Amino acid sequence: MSQAEALEAGTTPTARTAGAAAAPRAQTAAGFAALFRSELVLTFRRTRTIALLGILAVLPVLIGVVVKIQTDGASGGQGPAFIAQVTQNGLFLVFTSLAVALPVFLPMTVGVVAGDSIAGEAATGTLRYLLVAPAGRTRLLAAKFTAGLVFCLAATLSVVAAAVATGAALFPLGEVTLLSGDTIGLGAALLRAVLVAGVVAASLAGLVAIGLFISTLTGSGIAAMATTVVLVITVQILDSFPQLHAIQPFLFTHRWLSFGDLLRMPMHWDNVLQNLGLQSLYVAVFGSAAWARFSSRDITA
Amino acid sequence: MTTAPDTEQVRGRADAVGPTPAAAPDDVIRTSGLTKRFRGGQLAVDGLDLTVPRGSVFGFLGPNGSGKTTTIRMLMGLIAPSAGVATVLGAPMPQSVGSVLPRVGALIEGPALYGFLSGRDNLARFDAADPTSDPRTRAHRVTEALDRVGLTAAASKKARAYSLGMKQRLGLASALLQPRELLVLDEPTNGLDPQGMREIRALIREVAADGTTVFLSSHLLDEIEQVCTHAAVMSKGRLVVQGTVAELASRAQGRLVVRTPDVVAATDVLTKHRVTDLRADEARVDGIATALDEESLPRLCAALVSAGVRVHGFGLERGTLEDAFVALTGEGFDVAG
Ligand SMILES: Nc1ncnc2c1ncn2[C@@H]1O[C@H](COP(=O)(O)OP(=O)(O)O)[C@@H](O)[C@H]1O
Ligand SMILES: [Mg+2]
Repeated sequence: MSQAEALEAGTTPTARTAGAAAAPRAQTAAGFAALFRSELVLTFRRTRTIALLGILAVLPVLIGVVVKIQTDGASGGQGPAFIAQVTQNGLFLVFTSLAVALPVFLPMTVGVVAGDSIAGEAATGTLRYLLVAPAGRTRLLAAKFTAGLVFCLAATLSVVAAAVATGAALFPLGEVTLLSGDTIGLGAALLRAVLVAGVVAASLAGLVAIGLFISTLTGSGIAAMATTVVLVITVQILDSFPQLHAIQPFLFTHRWLSFGDLLRMPMHWDNVLQNLGLQSLYVAVFGSAAWARFSSRDITA
Repeated sequence: MTTAPDTEQVRGRADAVGPTPAAAPDDVIRTSGLTKRFRGGQLAVDGLDLTVPRGSVFGFLGPNGSGKTTTIRMLMGLIAPSAGVATVLGAPMPQSVGSVLPRVGALIEGPALYGFLSGRDNLARFDAADPTSDPRTRAHRVTEALDRVGLTAAASKKARAYSLGMKQRLGLASALLQPRELLVLDEPTNGLDPQGMREIRALIREVAADGTTVFLSSHLLDEIEQVCTHAAVMSKGRLVVQGTVAELASRAQGRLVVRTPDVVAATDVLTKHRVTDLRADEARVDGIATALDEESLPRLCAALVSAGVRVHGFGLERGTLEDAFVALTGEGFDVAG
């Protein structure tokens, strides 16, 4: 028991009337949504986010320039997916760039943003002020996840936009001959590019959930970012061992390049849908793990 | 009578609050057996029974490491107690954070800000985190809060360029975004210069005058004496005592003080009259007079005079909170620091 000796209240210490003090306020839908908006604004106001998007935008420019120089020197040969088509039609630079960015660059940027989401707030101490506001732990996690997804879309779109611009500047644009041999007009082809961008962004959803979970485990933003990025690379290495083919369909990176199936006529959705199904599974599993961890965790930072 | 001016001031304040009859005996914070043992085995808070009456300015006093911040984190639902219960505004924590915390403003273990956002945008961010706050009136609230802590001029400066004092004020502004029933301030004057400390204390008095209960943790005794009506003293995770500041200070044994150039002669006389624990320096002798009453004081004074002691001053000095703390814990206040 406590050693406290409460003093006899001789002069009863008591209430002043609570004049200007708070009347309870009700939660509103707009008030609930405000944190999601705030989270988006916060994400895209960080210099780091803008720098990551900038790096992603430079990638198609580099690829375009390299392809241009190589074809001027007239040497054929191997390269990333769709690279042979780029010289005929600049729009294919979109798909080449996505194929190059998807294994490494895109997941790295997503790993940084998702890994830092909770851990970064814990490291600076702002997490405790959000929670006493009170943001609500589930609501905060949902806002962080949403902002992560939006970042995936922004990251993919910055690759696509830079690729379209570079492709138009360096190569002819026109009717697009699909992988199946059919030809579609430029407008229809641009729509497909947007569809592909959406699918690529959604392919990264599983990684956002994994990064969010890792972010709830530590109080260091740097550690969480590094762990997430290392994990992406490790999984890709595992995906390249033929001996591991039994588990490979369950790796979240396994069907990332399935977006190529959308460049056929008609579009092949099987792999794409399997990929999206797998991403939902990862979101469900790691989202729940993140929630379980975060909603019970002591916030001592 | 020589009387410590600080103590006098506090007593006046506490008395002014005292006699008002209670509307309802509702306590803003109540804990029972509240305990936190960290995973390393560290027992940070040990069986705390705390009662904070509505309308009080409650000083939560203890040396560094005595468990103040850990207690506040449990009250704010940031960490779960290992044992015991905490009730804030009548609801159990951490289960009721969603309904309780919109009515509570808090500054916990120093301010924490987004360095790349302006002061104004920092406040907008924290305001947006509260789902009960209306987005349409956000800008107005933020402007008011900035004005209240005197940061209007620096509102659009990036928070990373703020001085510690400015960060502390911005933290306070975020605690004051809404009218609050309870304001929890964990060492709000830490790292501030004396002018900054005075300003924060003035702000606390102002908030309290509006009817907000203030729970103020500090390791500075004189801070508590200056602004608080009530206090609780922590030592090594345990509650040593709680009550009104006046009651606490009065528990400290008063000392009899004699000012005189004839220190040796005075010491002689006082010893004969069973005054104990005598301390003497150049122009002053003091000690504990156990059995002093209205009768014996004049007699003692007369005895001193008739022994040829030139008495320049004679009287009882009331104890301070510091004396009370030393008497209660048997140790100096800043040992655990
Ligand atoms: N996260 C933690 N893990 C382990 N021990 C902790 C943690 N936080 C605080 N402590 C310990 O608990 C005790 C009380 O700390 P604290 O509540 O911060 O004291 P105060 O705020 O009074 O200075 C200290 O001994 C401190 O070392
Ligand atoms: Mg502390």
